[in-house]
Amino acid sequence: MKHLKTGLITAALALSAATMATTAMAKDLVVGMACDRTGPTQTVGVFLCPAYHDYVKLINSKGGIMGNKVRVIEIDTEYKVPQSVEAYQRFKKEGAVVVALWGTPMTQAITPNLNADHIPGTSPGFGTAAAANGEKYPYLFPMAASYWSQAGAAVTFAKSELGGTIKGKKIAYIFYDNPAGREPIPVLDKLAKMEGFELKKFAIPPPGVEMKIQVQDITRRYRADFVISHLFGKGPAVHIKEFKRMGYPLKKLVSLVWGAGEADINGAGGWAKAQGYNALNFAGVGSNYPVLDEIKALYKKEGKEGPKQMASTVYYNRGILAAAVHLKAMENAVKAKGSGDITGEDVQKGFLAIKDFKLGGILPPLNFTNLDHEGGGWARVFRVEGDNFVPASDWIRGYRDVVIQMLKEDH
Amino acid sequence: MFHRESGYFKTTYQADMGLYPLPIARYTIIAIAAIFFILLPAVLDGYYLSIINLVAIAVVGALGLNILVGYTNQISIGHAAFMSVGAYTAANLATKLDLPFWLTVPAGGAMAAFIGILVGIPSLRIKGLYLAIATLAAQFIIEWIINHTPSISGGVAASIEMPRPTVFGKELATQAELYYFLIVIAVIAIVGAMNLIRSRIGRSFIAIRDQEIAAEIIGINVFKTKLIAFGISSFYAGVCGVMYTYYLGVANYENFQLITSIDYLAMVIIGGLGSILGSIFGAIFITMLPIVIRLLMESFGSIFIDDAALAQVIAQFRLIIFGGLIIVFLIVEPDGLAKLWQNIRNYFRTWPFSY
Repeated sequence: MKHLKTGLITAALALSAATMATTAMAKDLVVGMACDRTGPTQTVGVFLCPAYHDYVKLINSKGGIMGNKVRVIEIDTEYKVPQSVEAYQRFKKEGAVVVALWGTPMTQAITPNLNADHIPGTSPGFGTAAAANGEKYPYLFPMAASYWSQAGAAVTFAKSELGGTIKGKKIAYIFYDNPAGREPIPVLDKLAKMEGFELKKFAIPPPGVEMKIQVQDITRRYRADFVISHLFGKGPAVHIKEFKRMGYPLKKLVSLVWGAGEADINGAGGWAKAQGYNALNFAGVGSNYPVLDEIKALYKKEGKEGPKQMASTVYYNRGILAAAVHLKAMENAVKAKGSGDITGEDVQKGFLAIKDFKLGGILPPLNFTNLDHEGGGWARVFRVEGDNFVPASDWIRGYRDVVIQMLKEDH
Repeated sequence: MFHRESGYFKTTYQADMGLYPLPIARYTIIAIAAIFFILLPAVLDGYYLSIINLVAIAVVGALGLNILVGYTNQISIGHAAFMSVGAYTAANLATKLDLPFWLTVPAGGAMAAFIGILVGIPSLRIKGLYLAIATLAAQFIIEWIINHTPSISGGVAASIEMPRPTVFGKELATQAELYYFLIVIAVIAIVGAMNLIRSRIGRSFIAIRDQEIAAEIIGINVFKTKLIAFGISSFYAGVCGVMYTYYLGVANYENFQLITSIDYLAMVIIGGLGSILGSIFGAIFITMLPIVIRLLMESFGSIFIDDAALAQVIAQFRLIIFGGLIIVFLIVEPDGLAKLWQNIRNYFRTWPFSY
């Protein structure tokens, strides 16, 4: 009887130890990804989201993050707030250590929760520029150039294209008339004063696809020396067409990041029609990056062709950026903790530990600090030449001091 | 089946006018209240409560729209704009004047009601689709004004961060705490609407819906009544917007765009025009159906294909199923889910001895 009792106790102990060991070993690292494959921004989502999955698959095929597999929960939010709220709560319930937000409405709606729940969230290209202030929003990481930084980069690019001096030149800013469209204005105003150029703004009212008059105004009456554009959806394609029709050299036009896709060029009537068109990007464009080759090799090993979404190098690569930075932050967290048992707080520190992360050139040298959650605010101009986007500048941080100053001043 | 409806005699007018004259109905209501106020918050975790919270917010908005569209037959495509009026009013009051929620909620509603009455003025002369376009204009005008007035929108980003509601010095922040906050407002809204419809004003709404000229002949001031309908409907919308703002912790105009108005119209049409229960069913249906479809597809779909591929399939199929189900339900019962529910009830009332 006594033997039986001790035997049972040992067996129970062994069993519980075994289960504890397996749970510790097999614990998946969970990432929540909000996505839009069916809503108003689906043209981006259908390329970006598969890229995210591909990168995670690549890391998992190499054994995950130090032996811990990464599991992605994707929820399509249709760009709607109720779905976004539900998606976030689901991520939280499943134990996500980092969440990818999608869209400005979702970013706005979820930010208060991130800080309360201590789960880092990322919003590349969304939300407000002021949200890059890590001291105010410790758990929100835009992790890519905000509209403020993009405006700075655009002016830097304009300056170099105009032969190194922008003083006294006429710069036109054509933008979609909504909060996101107006966001770069304070930076542009400041730079206009600082650099002594003339700035005129041309608002395109919703739905943002009718801009004949404004383009005529810019090219014929105002005769701008350089144009900075900030449009969304079908707008970029339309403005390429209109500027072309007016005979304006597209080399003297630079678009912010949401006018940079292959779809915009195709929408404007093809590559031949858009020669010289410039657009800013916060991730590398093109397919000559080692990480993309690795993904292709992974597909080949399974006997499949490479992912067809890779054809959109702009948005696919942005998906790679999101996945790579997330997984790097998680890797840092796992390293710091010594096990896969990490929380959102660890990953937040993991983000801050990212230093000069380039991933073979597809990313700018990202550095996160306590204040700067943009990763440095890097952007690079790519230009349409032939049937490709080619780099028209190096990775630039335009007027970083001005942007940082504004971040600090933000009310 | 389970109970008799005859044999209950009332001796006072008050008893006769009760919302629930039958004892079984009262017991059911008590049971439902117990489930919602005691059982659900105790057993459900934050995720499920967050879904109910979203439904509670949608119920208030749908009730408001149903008062206008279902009971008064005045169409409105600007419902989301009135929600944004409520949201920004409350957000400005709460941040600039530090007012508590029990003042900001009615204030947001009142402001929305005021704007709603202004928008309702064309309803005297135009009807149906024409009125729809007039309210559509209101949607765009209100959106534009909020967007271009920094003193309303709180700056370029047009979003104002909202403090959480506090009750007796305690900040309501978790899903469970917000659940009580939202569900209490939703219950007040439901009871208010039920009583409104039985009142003189409510009956005059219905009279206008059924036959405007006849209503005028029996002495109803059509213009005034229509404006009251717009006012009350917008009040509900405003309160719904304030609830959203408190729940999310931010007022942002992008939550209240045209597509949201259409969603609410879908709620009242699928739920059942001219029915309180229909508004609730519609809100539940539109809010929860996408979630339920996804959960089902996730649990069954992962048997067949891997997660990354499944994500693409789910996103697309969910829309198809969602649209398909709306059509199916409307074909089965054009009067909406409320009528469907009534049919089921009527069947079981006499079951198994019908005729």
